[in-house]
Amino acid sequence: MIETRKVVLHFPQMAVDRPIVCDLALHFGLSFNILRASISPHHEGLMVMEIIGESEKNEEGLQYLRERGVEIQPLSQDIKKVEEKCIHCGTCVGVCSTEALFMERPSFKVRYDEGKCIACELCVLACPTHAMEALF
Amino acid sequence: MGETLRSYEEINEKIREGKAVVMTAEEVIDLVAEKGLERTAREVDVVTTGTFGAMCSSGLMFNIGHTKPRMKIAEAYLNGVLTYGGLAAVDLYLGATQVAKDDPLNKVHPGEFKYGGGHVIQDLVAGKDILLEASSYGTDDYPRKKLSTWINIRDLNQIYLFNPRNAYQNYNVAVNCSDKMIYTYLGLLLPHLGNAGFSSAGQLSPLLNDPYYRTIGVGTKIFLGGGEGYVAWQGTQHDPSGARNERGIPKGGAGTLAVIGDLKEMSPDWLWGLSLRGYGCSLAVGLGIPIPILDEEMLYFCSIRDEEIEAPVVDYSNAYPNGTGEVLGYVNYGDLRKGRITVQGKEIPTASISSYVRAREIAEILKKWIAEDQFTLTVPVLALPGKESGVRFRNLPERPYSNGQNGMRR
Repeated sequence: MIETRKVVLHFPQMAVDRPIVCDLALHFGLSFNILRASISPHHEGLMVMEIIGESEKNEEGLQYLRERGVEIQPLSQDIKKVEEKCIHCGTCVGVCSTEALFMERPSFKVRYDEGKCIACELCVLACPTHAMEALF
Repeated sequence: MGETLRSYEEINEKIREGKAVVMTAEEVIDLVAEKGLERTAREVDVVTTGTFGAMCSSGLMFNIGHTKPRMKIAEAYLNGVLTYGGLAAVDLYLGATQVAKDDPLNKVHPGEFKYGGGHVIQDLVAGKDILLEASSYGTDDYPRKKLSTWINIRDLNQIYLFNPRNAYQNYNVAVNCSDKMIYTYLGLLLPHLGNAGFSSAGQLSPLLNDPYYRTIGVGTKIFLGGGEGYVAWQGTQHDPSGARNERGIPKGGAGTLAVIGDLKEMSPDWLWGLSLRGYGCSLAVGLGIPIPILDEEMLYFCSIRDEEIEAPVVDYSNAYPNGTGEVLGYVNYGDLRKGRITVQGKEIPTASISSYVRAREIAEILKKWIAEDQFTLTVPVLALPGKESGVRFRNLPERPYSNGQNGMRR
């Protein structure tokens, strides 16, 4: 079964200068869509990507990365909505391109569908009450 | 105006007996649609309104009590936020947008503005201890020069919100026509008309339910920050004379209110410190006003729907900062609230900086106060300047200083 997973990869310094991400395509036949990357030599790197492929191959590919020192988290753990800080103004809704943050009607409460988030972090910039947190 | 249906005294009598019929400005819309204006006006005594949004022109007046030896405070900070001391010895005023003194502001744009006056106000009302640091130059009668102490709201003599401009009657819808993202008090605006920011609570907003200020005036008792407050004066930039639509609704920012109320009676749920990225600090204020249905006309005003309120779309990358006055068009709050408007042929998502659900909650609370807790209505002691008053908002006629002239009138 083809599945899509969104993951955050933390590359240790030693793994940054090796071309291991492309191995996902070469060795495991996976497609991937890089949503965000911050990689530079001699520093820990960070990449947010969508991996698309057979679920078995997905798992194998991720295991391959883990064995090479890459730490992997599902994306949904990284952008959090702190409910008690949210005043439901909806400022975040207008900048969320994937509609992960949306205004529920008719309650007019801001809801967050973690599965749709691509971690662009615009909501973190936009939120006037610090209710959106990036935990990279 | 038509036939008078009830007076303030009659309404208050019913409130005291627990018999007043109170509805929110949202509920009354459906009732009027169902029963018609005439019948509903005979049934409903009071309509409640509400708004909860960023209101930058807000602040706190307070007196900390005298120190021993006495001190005439010249400069003061609360949790690092500059507080105005140019008043009597220990009277201070804290403004909502004042940013903490060590904040990097916009030196690295867009600044975070993590803590400021609005946050201090929220912390104070929450009962937290606040660090007061003050200095002075010393006088014979007020010799003390330094003070550093924790203070708490419960120990202060008077502490009241005094907000020079709240509850704007309608407001701009902000967009960005430039090719880079901009950071405004109406939120982050994406380039090339990527989104729109707006602010008014529309059909729930106090002054949009009494567009000609027939019942809201100086002395009107209101919901303010979770407690009771009063309209103190016309707000700064009060501008009643601009264009209005066929329902009497101003087609842009118009009337404003200066309001006052005891902070000790308020709650941190309804006074919320804000950090507006790249712009600064502010305070979200919860404000609600009851409107007496004196006659059919007042109910007609209170039955206003979002679809009948229009707001101007303004480019915040050029027209607003440069004050060109250019308007890209008008949109209504029905569409703004649904989340999509069309500007220059492009459909764009909308987002509010004020909370509609909390505006609704305020109208509900006020309704409960009136229906169950004997919150009575006040007759204004002075009307706000109206449409025919000639009061207009004017921009500053700048007269730059040049050699040998000081521009002062002699």
